[in-house]
Amino acid sequence: MKLLLLMYEFFKTGLFSVGGGLATLPFLYEMSDRYPEWFTHADIADMIAISESTPGAIGINMSTYAGYRTAGILGGVLASLALAAPSVIIILIIAKFLAKFRGNRMVEGALYGLRPASIAMISVAGLNVAKVALVNLNAFQLSGSIGDLFVWKALILAVLIFIGLKKLKWSPVIFIALSAVVGIIFKF
Amino acid sequence: MNDLLDLYWTFVKIGSVTFGGGYAMLPILERELAEKRHWTTMDDLRDYFSIGQCTPGIIALNVSTFIGEKRHGVKGALAATVGFLTAPVLLILLIAMFLTNFAQLEIIQHAFAGIRVCVCVLIVQAVLRLWKKSVVDAPSLVIYLAVFLLNVMSFFLPVRIPAAVLVILSGVAGVLISSCRYRKAQEGGEAK
Repeated sequence: MKLLLLMYEFFKTGLFSVGGGLATLPFLYEMSDRYPEWFTHADIADMIAISESTPGAIGINMSTYAGYRTAGILGGVLASLALAAPSVIIILIIAKFLAKFRGNRMVEGALYGLRPASIAMISVAGLNVAKVALVNLNAFQLSGSIGDLFVWKALILAVLIFIGLKKLKWSPVIFIALSAVVGIIFKF
Repeated sequence: MNDLLDLYWTFVKIGSVTFGGGYAMLPILERELAEKRHWTTMDDLRDYFSIGQCTPGIIALNVSTFIGEKRHGVKGALAATVGFLTAPVLLILLIAMFLTNFAQLEIIQHAFAGIRVCVCVLIVQAVLRLWKKSVVDAPSLVIYLAVFLLNVMSFFLPVRIPAAVLVILSGVAGVLISSCRYRKAQEGGEAK
């Protein structure tokens, strides 16, 4: 019964959180208020930190964690599948529709508008990561000098990766792994 | 069957290196699926992301389902999505069982400060590459700027506009702009 309730709650989260990423957060807070024994607000804060340091979207990570806390390994797996289920169902329908209506004037028009919006959202995501990775607002506010605003070693690494990605034909995965090593060695 | 396993395994690999959510996934998908395996094209990937943003669910899962479906129908969609889930679910289970202070470990914090720099550059490159085909004229530039600025400044606005609403409005604007153009082009044709 607990398992069913858990799956129902995460299915609902998957169904109504549009936009991905942190869009699942309001649902998680709500769930925590309703079922404090599943996970607490502090657990969610911990989870945000953990999901920044593990692969996978925060929604997936949170469902696995809450599921495990509530009903063991099976709970973790089932809650994650329940979160994914609405995505799969809805996208399957849209994929069929898209294949049929490709070249349709309405669909092409919608995509014409969606594309720049999509790039804008990706830009914002990049900006948000840059705010954490490349600048240090606290140090800047304390000293007021521009030199303290940027995390210089991170900026140098960013430039090197940028050039490396252009010049070398390596997979991005290699650059991710190397960045982790550089982060550890130079104490980012 | 082998094809399905291949699809599953490819997405296990993608799922295990997608740090920082769906957007960071794009350069990896481009490399693994468009360049190396020719399963899809960069143009299709971009459209999957556009649609994945305004439909319910986690973007990364939406995109996985799309690619899997294109490759192998419903079975392919399931293989890709479950593949994408595999590594994160296993990892969180391990952390929940053994390493509750995982995120506080100093070495992990340094490693991820490094990874965030890389993710940031990957996203910038994805934007640069998609720019030419997405921001093609003045109206599309206006849409880009409007969505970008409304998002960045939402902190100062009295009501936070959900990203999904912005994306859907952009789609509607796209339909209106193109049908206006179509009508103009037709009138022009008749005048001749």
